[in-house]
Amino acid sequence: MTAIGTDLARRDGTVKVTGTATYAYEAPVERPAYAHPVQATIARGRIRDIEIEDAETLDGVLTVLTPDNAERLADTDDKELAVLQSDEVAFRGQLVGVVVAETSEVAREAAGLVRVTYDEAEHDAELATERGSYVPEQLNAGYPTESAQGDVDAAMASAETTIERTYTTAMYHNNPLEPHTTTALWDGDSLTLWDSTQGVHPLRSTIAPIFGLDEERVRVICPYVGGGFGSKGTAHANVTLATLAARAVPGRPVRLALTRQQMFSLAGYRTPTIQRMRLAADADGRLSAIAIDVVEQTSRIKEYAEQTGTPTRIMYAAENRSVTHRLVPLDVPVPSWMRAPGDCPGMFGPEVAMDELAERLGVDPIELRIRNEPSVDPDTGKPFSSRNLVACLLAGADRFDWADRDLRPGVRRSGDWLVGTGVAASTYPVHRMPASTAVIRREAGRYVVEIGAADLGTGTWTTLPQIAADALDVPVSDVEVRIGDTRYPMASVAGGSSGMTTWGSAVVEAARAFRDKFGQDPADGDEADGSVGPADEDHAMHAFGAQFVEAHVHADTGELRVPRLLGVFAAGRIINPRTARSQFIGGMTMGLSMALHEHSVLDPRTGHVVNHDLAEYHVSVNADVTDVEATWIDEHDPYVNAMGSKGIGEIGIVGTAAAVSNAVWHATGVRVRDLPITLDKVLAALP
Amino acid sequence: MRPFTYQAPADAASAVRAVTRDPTAVFLGGGTNLVDHLKLGILDPGLVVDVTGLASVEITDLGGGALRVGAGVPNSDLAADPLVRERFPVLSQALLAGASGQLRNMATTGGNPLQRTRCVYFQDVTTPCNKREPGSGCSAIGGWTRNHAILGASAHCIATHPSDLAVALAALDAEVRVLGQDGERVIPFTDLHRLPGDHPEHDTVLGHGDLITAIDLPARPIARRSAYRKVRDRASYAFALVSVAAAVEVDGGVVRDARIAFGGVAHKPWRAYRAEEALRGATAADDSYRAAADAELADAVAQDGLDGGNAFKIPLLRRTLVATLRDLAREDA
Ligand SMILES: Cc1cc2nc3c(=O)[nH]c(=O)nc-3n(C[C@H](O)[C@H](O)[C@H](O)COP(=O)(O)OP(=O)(O)OC[C@H]3O[C@@H](n4cnc5c(N)ncnc54)[C@H](O)[C@@H]3O)c2cc1C
Ligand code: SF4
Repeated sequence: MTAIGTDLARRDGTVKVTGTATYAYEAPVERPAYAHPVQATIARGRIRDIEIEDAETLDGVLTVLTPDNAERLADTDDKELAVLQSDEVAFRGQLVGVVVAETSEVAREAAGLVRVTYDEAEHDAELATERGSYVPEQLNAGYPTESAQGDVDAAMASAETTIERTYTTAMYHNNPLEPHTTTALWDGDSLTLWDSTQGVHPLRSTIAPIFGLDEERVRVICPYVGGGFGSKGTAHANVTLATLAARAVPGRPVRLALTRQQMFSLAGYRTPTIQRMRLAADADGRLSAIAIDVVEQTSRIKEYAEQTGTPTRIMYAAENRSVTHRLVPLDVPVPSWMRAPGDCPGMFGPEVAMDELAERLGVDPIELRIRNEPSVDPDTGKPFSSRNLVACLLAGADRFDWADRDLRPGVRRSGDWLVGTGVAASTYPVHRMPASTAVIRREAGRYVVEIGAADLGTGTWTTLPQIAADALDVPVSDVEVRIGDTRYPMASVAGGSSGMTTWGSAVVEAARAFRDKFGQDPADGDEADGSVGPADEDHAMHAFGAQFVEAHVHADTGELRVPRLLGVFAAGRIINPRTARSQFIGGMTMGLSMALHEHSVLDPRTGHVVNHDLAEYHVSVNADVTDVEATWIDEHDPYVNAMGSKGIGEIGIVGTAAAVSNAVWHATGVRVRDLPITLDKVLAALP
Repeated sequence: MRPFTYQAPADAASAVRAVTRDPTAVFLGGGTNLVDHLKLGILDPGLVVDVTGLASVEITDLGGGALRVGAGVPNSDLAADPLVRERFPVLSQALLAGASGQLRNMATTGGNPLQRTRCVYFQDVTTPCNKREPGSGCSAIGGWTRNHAILGASAHCIATHPSDLAVALAALDAEVRVLGQDGERVIPFTDLHRLPGDHPEHDTVLGHGDLITAIDLPARPIARRSAYRKVRDRASYAFALVSVAAAVEVDGGVVRDARIAFGGVAHKPWRAYRAEEALRGATAADDSYRAAADAELADAVAQDGLDGGNAFKIPLLRRTLVATLRDLAREDA
């Protein structure tokens, strides 16, 4: 085993920096036509009338589709994807038409000429606890909605110390740099989609039945993705729209790229969450109860239930525990996956609450966490396959000079800036998808691995060869990997940080099968495949981490800066330190962005996000991101998979916002329980 | 966005004539604001008249400490000019606090003060906006008002002017040289922008076809000690929540003179005459700066709205002014 653990440069680096990597919109097709969507300008109601004549007669327009004339889709069960099938409007920005034209400029101009009138109904687009809500049957990724052990109320009533607070996280949009784009080409009854997706096979399985096709008739190609962060993990309405549009102009491939503004209503987002936290503890800070009650939103046309409470189930020991979720159905766009669904928002409330408990007891927040370290998974009672939260906390404390930290808030200054430090824990489950297959073939003296996996900037092009090389016991330069095409064996979605575990296991199985069959000296054309096996059922499997933040708050203006961010992770074996570090610091930077900046402002009067561009939807810029350092501890976990690796794509964003809030408290004495942490929230407490 | 005719006339007079003749015509500077508006559907011109080829790119020393800046001078060049940095540091700092390096390379001295509000409802053609479509209503009132005015707003519009450069120019008593169909005229910079009143569709007093040819900076020795302080929601690449352009002259612990303008808080760069007045002759100390802020902000009105509205901008501006004056006076001592 030599390739795994090596700091290899990205194999796709050169084509990307030289601009020669072809993305979905640049698919090599003849005579492409261009589509531009028409979107609803009401949040709820019915289309009364659509006038398309002006658009249709514009020079260069090929067709204009509306619910009146669009083809009927074979399967309309998924209301998000069933575009142009009904005159009902369920959220502002919903697709009500599409123009296909010779150029994107003409398509856009014509889309502006489509006149839609509506019978508007009253809408509700504002999340609040008192809104009508329901208990979903299950949460995203199949987690149970509710769990309870013991009696939290009784524990709260009898505890020496309790914390009962409500925390909120905002609505966030994934905003990958590359927008959601598709090139769709029909050839008779066969369809080719070049789509910016986190999974070519899952996309095919979703789209084929909608158009009444057998999966074999659909090919999906996606070698490169300009970021997805979950928003390209499931198909969104733009894919159906492009496919539908292409079928309406026979013989012409159709390109569709959403604009940044359109992405804010059509490409998914993270629901805002309201988290009521309860902690009960003795004088030493040992928890007797931990509970979280989550309220979050979903759209009315398709349920999405973020698993916000799940990390509370496994983080700390306490005899009495409870986790609940309620969904408020609103007239809003459909929420979906965004980097670390559940864990990311769900580690804000709990990790700030732990800091509040530490403050109350005058205990160091790291020490408090250590005192509540469980010996087994408190939710299932299973042993952890490995759990090194404490090691991460201690390693980080060492690097951050935590030992000298003064517990008191608001007493440190550096020039005009108030200074504080904060810590929070990170966690993310080890997911393994049930199915994925890889094939290995001897070709011209090399080993070719084919699997329909995805690389959304994460490093798959580079790390799968490392896994294959070790499994075959050959130098990594002898291995070529081909991904991103449904022509290759079926691969699961790049989601839930499951890619390496799932695809990597398939590659290892294929390598074993290959060597078993052909030995060490195979002939050209020899070929074997292997599939991922079932996951270990006997252990609770999670990655853990600790994040440390230094926050500066300007004493006059309340401006917030984070000059230092350190993450220490325990995530199994690290396959490639270079791509891994990039995932960790990328996640942490996104967490910092969530802490200080990101916030989709949904105007409840209109039902749409009004700061729907990157000038107004602030993400952290370079000047905000000063010193971000990620490191990890050696962790050997024989249970997770053959490589011993855990997913690393998402854990970096988990806990960052809490650590920032805790550091801001330490700097100012102000607890910011509602994200984002903006200067107006600390202003009143400044000297 | 619709097709339009593009012209690049050889001289200013032809440009003025071309735009004056066609009510749908617009001037094009660096295009960093105008082109966005074309794409967003805010503007739908029939004719786009590019003035970058004809506008002066010279910064001329007028003697005695005064400068003339051609309308075509890119924001980056203006910010980097040694004479500007020496005589009017506030101007250079204001420019560098704005946008990004790439945008400043494109943006022009003439175009920058004429950029339009970043009010999200103005920029979204699916929402009513009196500035974009007179009489349609103001969506910002009761909506997202974080970037909106606390001074001089009206019941018809509460937008703010986004330019940082303009705030410095207002503090510096700059003058705008304008070529119109009736020839050239000079407008005090503080008179260039309007308050919204009943007609928020007019940002400035310029008429259709009026071309900015240059901006003059009169000699202001006080400006050698000047600074621009911009407070925003992220460290860079964001518009001001509030900003302060200030120059002070302190002598023997007493403020002799001051020039102050605010950004991010009104429909125009807000020259703080009342604060200046309160400062003249006052002790150079925090109490005086607070009193000056109070004098200027007596009429400030917060806007309710999403996320608590913008009431925080009143104390924020007050604190920012006090801090800016304190720093400047300290330097001066
Ligand atoms: C993402 C982003 C962030 C930004 N951040 C900031 C910021 O923080 N601070 C800031 O101050 N600005 C910021 N800007 C705005 C930028 O400074 C302006 O867009 C720029 O200064 C406008 O100059 P221009 O030459 O490109 O004008 P154009 O876009 O060409 O024109 C703007 C307007 O002026 C008119 N015009 C142009 N030249 C003349 C002339 N000579 N005479 C008469 N009319 C004329 C045009 O018709 C148009 O109405 C930002 C812009 C963007 C896109
Ligand atoms: S504040 Fe002014 S620009 Fe904004 S919506 Fe109201 S009228 Fe339009």
